Amino acid sequence: MTAVLGKRAAERADAGQAPPARRAKGHSYALASAFFLAPMVLVFGYFSWWPIIQSGLLAFQQTNLVDPAAWVGWQNFANLFADPLLGTAVWNTVWFTLLALLFGFPVPIFLAVVMSELRRGGWLFRILVYLPVAVPPVVAVLMWKFFYNADYGLFNGLAGLVGLGPFPWLQDTDWAMPSLVLEATWAGAGGTVLIYIAALTSVPRELYEAAESDGASIWRRVWHILLPQLRGVLLLMLLLQVIGTFQVFTEPFVMTDGGPEDSTVTILLLIYRYAFVYGDFGMAAALSVLLAVVLGLLSAVYLRATKAWSST
Amino acid sequence: MSGLISDSDRKRRSVRAALGSTQFAIFLGVLVLGLGPILWTVKGGISPTQELLTDPLRLWPSDPDWGILAEAWTNLRIGHFMLNTVILAGGSWLAQIIVSTMAAYALSVLRPRFGTYIYGAVLATLFLPGSVSLVALYLTILDLPLTGGLSIANTPWAVWLPHAAHAFTILLMKRFFDGIPRELFGAAQVDGCGPWRMFFYIVLPMSKPILAVTSLLTLMGAWKDFLWPLVAISDGEAHPISVALPRLAEFSEENMVIAGMFMALMPPVLIFIVFQKYIVRGVGFTGLKG
Repeated sequence: MTAVLGKRAAERADAGQAPPARRAKGHSYALASAFFLAPMVLVFGYFSWWPIIQSGLLAFQQTNLVDPAAWVGWQNFANLFADPLLGTAVWNTVWFTLLALLFGFPVPIFLAVVMSELRRGGWLFRILVYLPVAVPPVVAVLMWKFFYNADYGLFNGLAGLVGLGPFPWLQDTDWAMPSLVLEATWAGAGGTVLIYIAALTSVPRELYEAAESDGASIWRRVWHILLPQLRGVLLLMLLLQVIGTFQVFTEPFVMTDGGPEDSTVTILLLIYRYAFVYGDFGMAAALSVLLAVVLGLLSAVYLRATKAWSST
Repeated sequence: MSGLISDSDRKRRSVRAALGSTQFAIFLGVLVLGLGPILWTVKGGISPTQELLTDPLRLWPSDPDWGILAEAWTNLRIGHFMLNTVILAGGSWLAQIIVSTMAAYALSVLRPRFGTYIYGAVLATLFLPGSVSLVALYLTILDLPLTGGLSIANTPWAVWLPHAAHAFTILLMKRFFDGIPRELFGAAQVDGCGPWRMFFYIVLPMSKPILAVTSLLTLMGAWKDFLWPLVAISDGEAHPISVALPRLAEFSEENMVIAGMFMALMPPVLIFIVFQKYIVRGVGFTGLKG
């Protein structure tokens, strides 16, 4: 297998003309190029490019892994839109994304600005802020499941100290999603803070100095220099966060399994259920294609934003 | 230090007080939120379950029993599942490093004619997250095309090989190689150094910093993996700790589960603390999360 593909790549490389300086050694370079590229072409071919193409094909097929796949046209999409759970899952995912922005977008900016102004001990802050990111997601989710427990959880215990609660963190359809978002925010904020800190160091000091000598207060410097200088990276993190939260899976799967009453069923959880619980790979692929279209659009925005950012 | 608040600002009493108290409050906040949950797993892992249920706010067990950690290690077979994780993460790391250094070398230094098209096809996958082709990837590992029905599902290869198809690592690596002065390769060529020796004697020794950063990010990423091993490996005995823990949590005593959680989170947390300089730099530069 390797030999066949490797040879094909070698032929392709051979067809190219070697730059003049290398002409004498052109053959050995073409051979070497093919050899060094072969592993990447193989793993991407099998585990990235082909599955992407296959997702598109599967969406129009019915397959149960035993009989040969049959073409069914738009049937999978029709079944998908007939499933009342689809609307629930889409809404839940959008709700998760909005809440994650509300909880998780302003806090890292604030933390990064304050941490950037530390004259010493910054390393300790950075370690502490990033520690939750280093905790494996499943462990983090299980941990928070203990904290949220209605009877012996830490949170209801703490709320009880000040005479509040007990709160139905994961038992109530209105509470469950914000509870998941709170955990996800805790688990993810540290990475964003580090990225903002790196971005803040690239803001030219002269801008602050000039503003200060013009009599601008600290708040005005934040508003008129810091935030505008950061707008590129802020937009990128916003889009990355939206793309990431659209694929949320571990939190609802491990913490609530989509409950209570489907209030935390997300798109990826639904894809997982279609494929690996009900064995309907066609329908799972159809939903994957729809998700891919949305994420592709977001990525296109991301790409444009990166270009606009790097050219300013 | 970014310079937003200048020296003369800091001389003013009100600024100093406000800045100092904000920084102190934030320090307390990140201390409690960052270290607190980890210490909580230590406490929970050495407490009797009864005490965890009746008095969840207790800071330290009345009768700490470190034996619970050892008991969880053997009864829940935490060691066995962590070894599975080490095997999966280690293989994924090796596969990813081999594929990305080789490919980046070819794309950046050898530059075959069709390199740009292949690189374009690799970069295009950055915009489609792996989760959207999850189902098709599963069907692929069940029946690898052009191999006469070879299935790698339920073997470590099903985790190792897809991890190697990671466009971001290739991008990082190629950018680093692009920064090596071209004169170096020209001089090596004049001295009769071929493409193979150039790779092993010039490029690899020079790429230690990028290898360190990508290795750390790759290893920590592979340790955290959950959804793909859950799907790709059906044999419960071969599950990594992240997939095994939620299942163990269903039917084990609370303090045992918490002890298991503590042991599962220690390796990546320790790796992070030891190598934090590289990881912080890597995260900051790449915009990559975790």
